[in-house]
Amino acid sequence: MNPASAAFLYGRLRDTVFSGHAALARVCSIGILAGVLAVGGAPAPVQAAIDPDTPPDVLVKTVSTEVIELIRNDKDLQAGDARKVRDLIETRILPQFDFSRMTALAMGASWRRATPEQQKDLVEQFRTLLVRTYASGVTAYRDQVIEFKPLRAKPGDTDVIVRSEVKRSGTQPVTIDYGMGKTPDGWKVYDVIIGGVSLVTTYRDTFVQEVRQSGVDGLIRMLSDKNRQLEQQARK
Amino acid sequence: MKRGMVILAACVLLAGCATGPGSRAAGRDPFESVNRAVFAFNDTFDRHLAQPVARAWVDYVPSILRTGVRNFLGNFDDLLIGANNLLQGKVHEGTSDFMRFVINSTFGLGGLLDVASEARLEKHNEDLGQTLATWGVPDGPYLVLPFLGPSTARDAPSAFLTYVSYPLRPVARTAEPGTWRAPFNTATGLYLLETRAELLQAGSILDNAALDRYRFVRDAFIQRRHSLIHDGNPPPPTPAEDEEDDVLAPGGPIMAKVDDNGDPATAPSVDQP
Repeated sequence: MNPASAAFLYGRLRDTVFSGHAALARVCSIGILAGVLAVGGAPAPVQAAIDPDTPPDVLVKTVSTEVIELIRNDKDLQAGDARKVRDLIETRILPQFDFSRMTALAMGASWRRATPEQQKDLVEQFRTLLVRTYASGVTAYRDQVIEFKPLRAKPGDTDVIVRSEVKRSGTQPVTIDYGMGKTPDGWKVYDVIIGGVSLVTTYRDTFVQEVRQSGVDGLIRMLSDKNRQLEQQARK
Repeated sequence: MKRGMVILAACVLLAGCATGPGSRAAGRDPFESVNRAVFAFNDTFDRHLAQPVARAWVDYVPSILRTGVRNFLGNFDDLLIGANNLLQGKVHEGTSDFMRFVINSTFGLGGLLDVASEARLEKHNEDLGQTLATWGVPDGPYLVLPFLGPSTARDAPSAFLTYVSYPLRPVARTAEPGTWRAPFNTATGLYLLETRAELLQAGSILDNAALDRYRFVRDAFIQRRHSLIHDGNPPPPTPAEDEEDDVLAPGGPIMAKVDDNGDPATAPSVDQP
């Protein structure tokens, strides 16, 4: 095989075979950021309370438009200022997520085997991990165009998928879907599905395996070890 | 070399037939220990060679040149994508892909600009593996290929077929050395670099997100392929059904084990009087 052939093979396969470490990760990062963008809050210093009756698609669309603006106009955020990014996430984005439901979904049946105390720890640790992941993606992709699809839902639905697409020249658009459920506090995101890859489902196998091997406490330990390791890296 | 590939492809195919498709991530990975070894090898290669070079490329090359490189070879991809769309019976999409090639090759200055996307002719994502899937060929076991990464028994051989059918290949192969060959080799090398470079930041996010990188990549890859095969509209499992499905259905042993380790107070006691 000459170098050109090898290169053809390698390059052509980027979303076929080679994709694993790569294309998927790209998809993840776009989506994770889009997650940040789409579920972030208003750019005002004090967050306006979101009306619990806001329809899910309107909620996602409004806040994402606002947050893209916010990042576009803030050099510190673009540069990845750790404090500002964390602030943005903590105050605007986290309130839009239903982390208990996310954790429960990722754990499957073993969720019900966990004590309330363990459940609390699990949600806390999983939440910390997801926030860190989000924070690492916030500075990129601010120039992309997000297009929302019409919501397909019946009036009484309490569980919907809000669909969107991120467009970029020369590449296929990436779809980003938000699984949203109705709660007393309004609509909350419980899953983000990027290019067909569900955040929750991608964690599920790892969670289930860990619980099988080391029990619920083993999973809590795994998550907190990972978080501690990430914190140490961030300090460096 | 050629024979080697054929044999490899045959082995992979046979392996695929022997094992058949599974519905769950873990069940689809019967060669996990081998796969993990290859995964670790790829990772080492990537960290020590591919990533540093890609990082330098990003640091020193203007983004307009990078976009040009991506568009130029991506333009040839549209021919293959179009052919695969036709093979899947999607005439409208296939025609649009060929239109993209024509438009980008002419108005797009030989493919350097992606004007077709501006004209709302969307780029698609198709390959031979997806075509085979449409024809009913099951995924087969999950495989990690050296250098190339995640794949399946179905996709791995079709990757080689895609390579064989690559439109530029005859050019690079038959051209006199010193005429077309060098520029094409260069362009292709740069394309690789650009491909890896695009994924740099994503890679670091993956590092942050994954508890077990191998599983994370595998489970994401399987979902991604499933989605691509269905052109982004896979039959949706409802979240509730999903939850039951994954743990309860194959999980007799899982449940039992959890109960062993779990708090007795929370273990199910329905069966016990």
